[in-house]
Amino acid sequence: MKLPVYLGMVRSAESVLASSLRKIGDGHGSEPDVYFICHTLADQCEAHEQLLAPIVDRYGEQPDDEPERLHAAELDDTRSGPLGLLRDLQDLHLLTTFVDFTYTLVEQAAAALRDDELLDVVADCVGETSTQADWLRTRAKQAAPQALIAAE
Amino acid sequence: MVDRIADIWGTRTPYAREEQWPSRVDQKLSAELTDSDVDEWVQSACVLCSNGCACDIAVKDGEMVGVRGRETDAVNRGRLGPKGLFASWQGMRNRARLTQPLIRENGELVPTDWETAMSRIVGRSTELLDEVGPLSHGFYTSGQLFLEEYYALGVIGKAGLGTPHMDGNTRLCTATAAAAMKESFGSDGQPGCYEDIDCCDAVFLYGHNMAETQTVLWARVLDRLTGADRPALVCIDPRRTEVADHADVHLAVRPGTNLALMNALVRELFVNDWIDRDYIEEHTLGVEELRRAVDEWTPERAAEVCAVAAEDIRRAAQIFGTSQRVLSTVLQGFYQASQATAASCQVNNLHLLRGKLGTPGNGVLQMNGQPTAQNTRETGADGDLPGFRNWENPDHIAELAKLWDVDTDTIPHWAPPTHAMQIFRYAEQGSIKLLWVSATNPAVSMPEAERIRRILAESGLFLVVQDLYLTETARFADVVLPAAGWGEKQGTFTNVDRTVHLADKAVDPPGEARSDFEIFLDYATRMGLSTKSGRPLLDWETPEDAFEAWKECSRGRLCDYTGITYDRLRGGSGIPWPCNEEHPDGRRRLYEDGCFSTGFEECETFGHDLLTGATVGPLRYRSMDPAGRALLKTAEFTSAPEIPDESYPLRFTTGRTAYHFHTRTKTGRSSQLQGAAPSAWVEISEHDAQAFGIAEGDIVRVASRRGEIRVPARIGSVSDGTVFAPFHYGYWERQEAGETRPEDEPTAANELTLTEWDPVSKQPQFKNAAVRIQRIAAGSGPAPAPTTTASRPIRRTSMPPTVGGEDGQAEERFPTDTVKEDAL
Ligand code: SF4
Repeated sequence: MKLPVYLGMVRSAESVLASSLRKIGDGHGSEPDVYFICHTLADQCEAHEQLLAPIVDRYGEQPDDEPERLHAAELDDTRSGPLGLLRDLQDLHLLTTFVDFTYTLVEQAAAALRDDELLDVVADCVGETSTQADWLRTRAKQAAPQALIAAE
Repeated sequence: MVDRIADIWGTRTPYAREEQWPSRVDQKLSAELTDSDVDEWVQSACVLCSNGCACDIAVKDGEMVGVRGRETDAVNRGRLGPKGLFASWQGMRNRARLTQPLIRENGELVPTDWETAMSRIVGRSTELLDEVGPLSHGFYTSGQLFLEEYYALGVIGKAGLGTPHMDGNTRLCTATAAAAMKESFGSDGQPGCYEDIDCCDAVFLYGHNMAETQTVLWARVLDRLTGADRPALVCIDPRRTEVADHADVHLAVRPGTNLALMNALVRELFVNDWIDRDYIEEHTLGVEELRRAVDEWTPERAAEVCAVAAEDIRRAAQIFGTSQRVLSTVLQGFYQASQATAASCQVNNLHLLRGKLGTPGNGVLQMNGQPTAQNTRETGADGDLPGFRNWENPDHIAELAKLWDVDTDTIPHWAPPTHAMQIFRYAEQGSIKLLWVSATNPAVSMPEAERIRRILAESGLFLVVQDLYLTETARFADVVLPAAGWGEKQGTFTNVDRTVHLADKAVDPPGEARSDFEIFLDYATRMGLSTKSGRPLLDWETPEDAFEAWKECSRGRLCDYTGITYDRLRGGSGIPWPCNEEHPDGRRRLYEDGCFSTGFEECETFGHDLLTGATVGPLRYRSMDPAGRALLKTAEFTSAPEIPDESYPLRFTTGRTAYHFHTRTKTGRSSQLQGAAPSAWVEISEHDAQAFGIAEGDIVRVASRRGEIRVPARIGSVSDGTVFAPFHYGYWERQEAGETRPEDEPTAANELTLTEWDPVSKQPQFKNAAVRIQRIAAGSGPAPAPTTTASRPIRRTSMPPTVGGEDGQAEERFPTDTVKEDAL
């Protein structure tokens, strides 16, 4: 059974997303809403990790056959300036879609296994993940015209 | 005669439930004048808070010499508060008024003529439009102009230039009111009205120090409290305000924890079954989610987080849950705190859960701070589209394009309009290069004052400021335009409870000053802004022309003005909107039928996630299909962005005093008001005073991570661990006296505040920062804080009370035959 691979994957992706959110939040601290919301969202990701922990324990850790292909990579340094903000938000958005999609697959498996506990956890997490993606999209859309047209 | 500095609310006229509020006509004339000296009384309404008290201006020899409340008006029935009595007219006639345009030459502001000043603006504006486009332009306006002026500005920005960067200082005072109503009811628009005070059984004030912010409204509440059938009163405020003194329950909530308290109140309604299931079923969406969201918030849990007693939460909830008719009012204690929109939506939710909304005595008043804030929001001079239209709804954009005869593409609607804090951020980054500030003073009123001053001083920023006086902000300008103000121009405006008043011109403006309306029109003409068919975009000459045009824009929308004319506004009482064929005398309450403005085609917004501000978007909104049902929304509680720690152990919060408005541009020029609250102070508790070795009147340094202020301390009634500062005290007096850098001896509360805002309403959080305090010198007497308000000393030792003396005397008349019964 390969579900444990995916459980490990989603848990580590949440952790990668959390630290990336913090990094970008700090890096764009002069955009005050970005700072505070990124940290709030990072808290959510860490709470998701906690929720997943007992399930990962139950299924047991299983190493991934193709780690280089299936893992979300943590964002490196933040960029600066209006355009940098835009690209960082875009990178974060990519990470959230990775997490979201992984949850979708885990949810399918959980349904087939009739694993109610896992279904509950996915239901709790995935709504917040999609709001995270919505916020990133909302914020980037708002910033795009100024960054792409008027900023130097 | 009554000393209305000592007695802020005037003589009581008690009344019982469902009676009409008795009249009391308040009047103040210049010393030595009597009624017979007055040449003419000119109809107007007061613009020194959002209450909109109707008044007549006394004119003698072409000058404003006094003011009198209008007995026939439903809003105030003749009353005026201290600001209306003493500052409305005196704040205008001061020798420091700007009488000529100024332009910057070699770093200095020098007088010039209108032609030169306007040409300079138009020159820079045209250059930037060619080089960068409309995104280079930002407009930051006010909550103190008239409807016609905002509409002119809104059309210039949205249909003429096509910039999304327009906002008002309403962002600082009332944005959350609008946001909470949009999220819950689908549109801005006050559900309740002031007559709800006359017939309620309980009043809840959430972060609303009504006794000082809207003194005449509080007089109405006091008259109910002292009459038969006294309503129960619940006050949620960290300070021991006048409201708290009269309250049956005072929840002195720890700053930054409003949402936790609200969650507990909502939970109590569910747990005790004080809810109306049929109403919820028929008229709301989201009850299950709401029930889940508040589930963990037992009174005990909230008590711990909010530092109040669990028993008090239960009592407050019981009053809400069991009163037959209950009224809620909400203001800055919620709006300028963290999770502002979510906490304010919870107030709406309390009413929705009980089905107590829109019927007599059952109302919500999501208050405004400023007098004409409602119009900034309606007309699109801020981050909204005119007529409560939805920027995500292509049909609404098409309607506007048709009305204005411009291309749909001209109207910026690709993203939410830019809010004030973001406009200043773009100016800081240099992508907004022309900023036009009208009738507001961001150098003192915006958070993190040092940063704002730096932005305004930016050499790449072309700053236009139009105002009555050379404000702290105007001193940074490249062009200063002298504006005519209240009593010197004509226009209408709308108060908190949707009542529209006409303010007529009583006297000529000083020198070459021009109304904001004329200035905007002049700019539009010089820029050649035109419609598709080649007509001038603002094809108006008088404010009344603009009003007529606005009526068309409002037609069929919730804020329908089509039944109002200037003539109808003369003589009797103000008229509430919507006023149209269906409601020829205006509609007193909204949503009495439980049908809300949430229909897909009708709504002003598709809504947001209240935690992050992420937009819901048309697709998901359509699938939710609220179709006239109200939305029960909330967010998860999170702790405030900056909480006290070892280095900054105290909480800092800001607010108003009864005697001043905004940055004292007008009230500071009334000797009576200035005498009552002459300069800045901070308030601390007795416990903290002892802990830090501070005595009454000692000079203290209060510092945050962003700056500091050095002012005298009042040992007052704030909770332990909290420092309060009034936000009115900038630097203009010292600048006028020739000091070049008065901010080196800082007094403005916003030196300390942080740049952080509510994710939905984008209203800054003035009510929450971490600070430390230190005594730096002995004072020369008690702190200059009034003894008549929430700033009163905890121990009244030998302190002289705040009085107005001879100058503070105003007349009160009690007409015997009261005006005919208004429909309740
Ligand atoms: S309550 Fe407000 S509107 Fe009325 S007189 Fe006072 S300041 Fe003016």
